[in-house]
Amino acid sequence: MSSNITKQRSLHELSITELNAGLRNKDFSSVELTQHFIERIERLDTRFNSFISICSEQALTAASRADAQLASGNAGVLCGIPIAHKDLFCTNGIRTSCGSKMLDNFVPPYDATIVENCANAGAVVLGKTNMDEFAMGSSNENSFYGPAINPWGENCVPGGSSGGSAAAVAAQLVTAATASDTGGSIRQPASFCGVTGLKPTYGRVSRWGMVAYASSLDQAGPIAKSAEDAAIMLNVLASFDKKDSTSIDKTKPDYAATLDQPLNGLRIGISKEYFSDGIDPEVAKLTQDAISFYETLGASIKEVSLPHTQLAVPAYYVIAPAECSANLSRFDGVRYGYRCENPTDLEDLYKRSRAEGFGEEVKRRILVGAYALSAGYYDAYYRKAQQVRRLIKQDFDTVFKEVDLIASPTAPTPAFGLGEKTKDPVSMYLEDIYTLPVNLAGLPAISIPCGLTGQNKPVGLQLIGNYFSEAQLLNSAHKFQQATDFHQQTAPDLD
Amino acid sequence: MEWETVIGLEVHVQLATATKIFSGASTAFGAEPNTQACAIDLAMPGTLPVANEQAFRYAIMFGLAIDAEIGKRSYFERKNYFYPDLPKGYQTTQLDQPIVGAGHVDIELDDGSTKRIRIHHAHLEEDAGKSLHEDFQGMSGIDLNRAGTPLIEIVSEPDMTNSAEAVAFAKKLHSIVTSLGICDGEMSQGSMRFDVNISVRPKGQKELGTRTETKNLNSFKFMEEAIALEVERQIDVIEDGGEIIQQTRLYDADTKSARAMRSKEDANDYRYFPCPDLLPVIFDDDYIAQINDNLPELPEARCARFISKYALSDYDAKQLAENAAIANYFEACTEQCDDAKLSANWVMGELAASLNAHELSIQNCPVSASQLAGVISRIKDKTISNKIAKQVFDALWNKEGDDADSIIESKGLKQVSDTGALGAMIDDVIAANQKQVENYRNADADKRPKMLGFFVGQIMKASKGQANPQLVNQLLQEKLNG
Repeated sequence: MSSNITKQRSLHELSITELNAGLRNKDFSSVELTQHFIERIERLDTRFNSFISICSEQALTAASRADAQLASGNAGVLCGIPIAHKDLFCTNGIRTSCGSKMLDNFVPPYDATIVENCANAGAVVLGKTNMDEFAMGSSNENSFYGPAINPWGENCVPGGSSGGSAAAVAAQLVTAATASDTGGSIRQPASFCGVTGLKPTYGRVSRWGMVAYASSLDQAGPIAKSAEDAAIMLNVLASFDKKDSTSIDKTKPDYAATLDQPLNGLRIGISKEYFSDGIDPEVAKLTQDAISFYETLGASIKEVSLPHTQLAVPAYYVIAPAECSANLSRFDGVRYGYRCENPTDLEDLYKRSRAEGFGEEVKRRILVGAYALSAGYYDAYYRKAQQVRRLIKQDFDTVFKEVDLIASPTAPTPAFGLGEKTKDPVSMYLEDIYTLPVNLAGLPAISIPCGLTGQNKPVGLQLIGNYFSEAQLLNSAHKFQQATDFHQQTAPDLD
Repeated sequence: MEWETVIGLEVHVQLATATKIFSGASTAFGAEPNTQACAIDLAMPGTLPVANEQAFRYAIMFGLAIDAEIGKRSYFERKNYFYPDLPKGYQTTQLDQPIVGAGHVDIELDDGSTKRIRIHHAHLEEDAGKSLHEDFQGMSGIDLNRAGTPLIEIVSEPDMTNSAEAVAFAKKLHSIVTSLGICDGEMSQGSMRFDVNISVRPKGQKELGTRTETKNLNSFKFMEEAIALEVERQIDVIEDGGEIIQQTRLYDADTKSARAMRSKEDANDYRYFPCPDLLPVIFDDDYIAQINDNLPELPEARCARFISKYALSDYDAKQLAENAAIANYFEACTEQCDDAKLSANWVMGELAASLNAHELSIQNCPVSASQLAGVISRIKDKTISNKIAKQVFDALWNKEGDDADSIIESKGLKQVSDTGALGAMIDDVIAANQKQVENYRNADADKRPKMLGFFVGQIMKASKGQANPQLVNQLLQEKLNG
């Protein structure tokens, strides 16, 4: 890595690898880097609203500590690199709001495991990013703090629920960010904002300290400028954690080590169910072109079928609300978080604290979930949805006997306008039609930019892999990014 | 009309694990409120449960002790309801696949016969915290120290027909779980709590009457009282032409009355579903076999051993074997003083009476087994009489000395067996009671032993109880019969 690159381009344009080289080469210090980003956030984030909390002071302290570590030669892989955490990862001493009025006043006394992992690697946390309330939404419009804005269009949503993380990376307000994905919440905003987002295998990354939405589906992962940066981030995020019973004790490969392997012989499946009615023609075209491009990289393409795909949305919207209806019961106004003014009795305390503290979409999902679990309806909804979940998993198991990866659009549309879908929850839910099955099966998947529409909106290609195939996904994404420049295209007017 | 009562029990047993079922916080009783509740117990956002293996182990021990099928695959479910002492808004419990399946225990009835009580199942779950409604000026206090303490809930079949059977069953469970060492058995601290389901029906009727559930009884005595009260109430209601409403009732031991807490109509829909934060647990045969091989002695086996090893009567053996702590105390005492009969008498007699009077459990007994053994050894070697021994015991109880010998020494309680000294005392008593002496000498031989008691009493009084009673008897008879 020559230091020319770092001199020709601004610090906010550089990848983690480039920043690492610059820091170790003493082209700039972590404090300089951090100041540069804080200045950008303060100047530009009024447009993007991608941060809920900005932690300048803590970031500068961390940056000078990182500079000392760099000087002593004792630096971790993210040492001095500015990142941001989605505001559902608990940060010791820093407000963790989950995008909700309910937790507007909540300052956790502990770190999420991934927050700890990033700190141990030397990362500098600039702040906490915007999100749909409790990670429920596909447009970031359900945030108590107002929607984050897509840098590719002032009137466009960034996707959700990790809209703030995707917008902040796309707007170059931070180099990389953590995010979480319950039904597409990393991949769909990555697609909408033209950045790279990876949802790991369920159990690969610890859930300790991540405020739960739907426990059996939630998985944390990175949003970054490239597959290479995502690999470096995943090396830090992934760990076996005894504090999370669903964390899987499996050897973690070095995800950055195999990025350059040739793709000769890679078998990619495409499934007609992932190019269904309602898909935007430009999205279909750009993703098909990208898949074809893989043939030039040595891959073979095969038609496969995932026949239960159309059942994923209804199954998801039973299972996720059911789990959330219990997970969110702890927000009762008793121990922490929002409490209504002058409750008259216990019932009033519960009713008003929750009615006033939660937003509309959260309340809708709690009600749907409570209904699906209630006596007399459990078999028809919850049990049936679990059966569907098994069928969807079996679909994937069958297909992965024939192919290594499945390629599809990440979302059926490019970024849509603010307010366009808020009146129609079902059309919003259908945004996740290609991403939800992956969560139901617990598989890993990545979204990478594969071109712009005529209206200059990014489109994402989704690659779905078998369990614990993150290295292969990152390798496949990286080789694509080596041969194309879609991931280097940036939104206009970022200064 | 003649009525028949049907009783079933749900018993909550706190498991004696060092830490909670899903967190590392201590389960010790009696700490300052909310000092033993960690972020997990407080249900802080983002925290996750990790199951405590010891709780599974203890539950399996119980299952093996009641001859139950052990659930090889077991999982937790969430039981959803709102209450301030339930921090997560759901209780993590088991419903579909409990860890302990159907089993049974045998109870002994007053007529000496035994009756088998079937157990439907037992499941693992977490305890809730405590709501404190006094002392907060119109508000309630919440103590979450207890939240997350592991419990097994033992559910019996409705196999009991009166309060005596219910109490015998409850005592038997107490005996089993304390013998296994899986529960400390401290009822007053809530370590075992009983919910009693009661219904009545005309004698001979097949179908069950409507039942009520009296919740949270934490002593055998209260349970007995509550059952008697509820049976009487139900019969009264029906005989007055009324109907029993299915409801939950609360018994107040202070006022000896009960009131309805809630009826079936306002019962919660608990919306159970499998807890996604905890994976199913699967036990292989070796794991269960290994627990079975190391199962502590159960009360029935211990009773048989006491009869054969210590030559105790059936009655004594059963009394002592029932409670593991008492049995251990008895054995430790016997080992040191080498007199099982005396040990048994003391443990069941003076010791039990003192514990009762002070409402103490044997675990908190101020006199240790080796201290009691010291007392018994001095009785055996005739240093002290039985009567003086009680004084020594009381002194040990009150911590007036470290052992029997030092108390005997410091209080000068050593038995007087010196014939010269006793002879002088007897002469004094005879001299002071000439009339009684004359009566004695004029009495028939068969009346004399009874009359001798008067003189023995006088001498014991004069010697402050320290005279060797056998020697006094012997010397007195020699002198009086002259």
